[in-house]
Amino acid sequence: MSISTTHTAPVPPGLVIAQPLPDLMLPVKVRRGIIGFLRNHPTVAIGGALLLCLILIGIFAPYLGTVDPTAIAPAKRTRPPSALYWFGTDQLGRDIYSRVLYGTRVSLTVGLSVAFFATLAGLAIGLVSGFLRWADGIVMRFMDGLMSIPPILLAIALMALTRGSVGNVILAITVAEIPRVSRLVRSVVLSLREQPYVDAAVASGTRAPMIILRHILPNTLAPMLVQATYICASAMIVESILSFIGAGTPPTIPSWGNIMAEGRALWQVKPYIVFFPAAFLSVTVLAVNLLGDGLRDALDPRMAKSL
Amino acid sequence: MVSYILRRILSTIPVMAIVALFVFSLLYIAPGDPAVVIAGDQASPADVERIRQSLGLDRPFLVQFGTWVWHILHGDLGTSIFTSLSVSSMIAQRIEPTLSLMMITLILTILIAVPLGVVAAWKAGSWVDRAIMTFAVFGFSLPVFVVGYVLAYVFALEFQWLPVQGYTPLSQGVWPWLQNLILPSIALGCVYVALIARITRASMLEVLQQDYVRTARAKGLGQRGILFVHALKNAAVPIVTVIGIGIALLIGGAVVTESVFAIPGLGRLTIDAILRRDYPVIQGIVLLFSFLYVLVNLMVDVVYTLVDPRIRY
Repeated sequence: MSISTTHTAPVPPGLVIAQPLPDLMLPVKVRRGIIGFLRNHPTVAIGGALLLCLILIGIFAPYLGTVDPTAIAPAKRTRPPSALYWFGTDQLGRDIYSRVLYGTRVSLTVGLSVAFFATLAGLAIGLVSGFLRWADGIVMRFMDGLMSIPPILLAIALMALTRGSVGNVILAITVAEIPRVSRLVRSVVLSLREQPYVDAAVASGTRAPMIILRHILPNTLAPMLVQATYICASAMIVESILSFIGAGTPPTIPSWGNIMAEGRALWQVKPYIVFFPAAFLSVTVLAVNLLGDGLRDALDPRMAKSL
Repeated sequence: MVSYILRRILSTIPVMAIVALFVFSLLYIAPGDPAVVIAGDQASPADVERIRQSLGLDRPFLVQFGTWVWHILHGDLGTSIFTSLSVSSMIAQRIEPTLSLMMITLILTILIAVPLGVVAAWKAGSWVDRAIMTFAVFGFSLPVFVVGYVLAYVFALEFQWLPVQGYTPLSQGVWPWLQNLILPSIALGCVYVALIARITRASMLEVLQQDYVRTARAKGLGQRGILFVHALKNAAVPIVTVIGIGIALLIGGAVVTESVFAIPGLGRLTIDAILRRDYPVIQGIVLLFSFLYVLVNLMVDVVYTLVDPRIRY
């Protein structure tokens, strides 16, 4: 930064105006736009790119050299990976490559939907209980209760009562995630409520719904976005666990958990049946976690230093 | 302090009451007649009626809930629909492997994760720190069965150092018991190690900036003394809290780990119960684990007030 040298006052005789000093700090290249943001935060770029690839794989699964993932061919049971069957075939002769690619759809649908619905519900509950004192005690006691049921067990208990379907899996995992999200939103709201601008809004007679909508909600969005990515990652893991133990997606739909469950009996002799869906699942969860870590660092520099 | 501890103990009662109410009412929230839901698709009307009778579903909701809670307080968790055995005895038969697995994992995790976090904080910003934190991201991302299968494949099938699966009771010797639990504990502990290493690092970073750490360094204390005596002691509160909260991860992961390593514990019982739609068993297990979780976190809180003089309520 250079100091302005425009002088309007007359220079007294005998004095000379000093030359401006050279800049000591090198100019920092300001990176703007989406490209600039991604270059400043490589984790977001890597995680986002991986996730985008997987979303594209999910959308274009029918055009990526796949065959019908549910087509049974008993004559071609448990073939090892080859040029014809890239990831091999399972004990019913189904093509694992096709099944794994179609499985991307289930995982991403569940992950993204749970992230969306859990965040939405958590926001609503957290905002209300953070802002209305009389509701806070009741809501938070209830959430404490729900929180002491380990999330996977809660999802299992819910799934045990319903028919296995993708919708029910989403519902069960969402219910299991809500207590944690609403706690987080509540704590953010509680700290925001002490801010001077909220006091000012209250003093000038703004009504509670308007304060929540205009002053509180926008400030919860950044932490919520980060939280949503973590929920997405954990939802995908829980979905695969539910399917793996037979309480998740119905066996007719190829999901990574289902493929692994079917390969479980044979894993010591035919490890590739379990290996490929496991690798895809790990990479997907890793991508979402990287995205989350990157967003956290980008949106909350104070947290970035410590975690 | 005594009054705080008493209040803290009393505060778990409403939490457990809500857990019980929730677990109990799940049956009624689910669409359809609970008896039909439990009986499943192939049940005859007679089966449905038998289940309705045995569970007392023909009585009013509050009466049912009251009787149910009354029985639980007397240690009776109900009767399995499938085996007609009492749920308590089924759980008692299966609890040893699960508790063993969780104990070993807990010990292993703390022994690995805390030093990792301390070193990462001490060498903050260096390649060691980055390596440990990268490992933590992977630990979070790899699902427990993925780690389990890879470990079993490498160390049990390829190198044949450890048994592939199964469980040997502790009564048959410590080594055979431990041998079967090493791989499952590492698989189960992965997420937990990542979580605790991260929180240890964060908490240590904060403490290492304090004046008394500088004083300790100025008076010539060794690095190890500063890190593990002065700093870690003061950084312990959030670490122990997260260890307590993380028990939920262990409980959830144990269900899957037992399935991968064919360990006949509560996880296996849960999975069998789901496949048979044996709802009283699922209720019993969820209640038991929630109780365990609440109890562990209660202990964590109480131990604090006794150990840490800074905490005053």
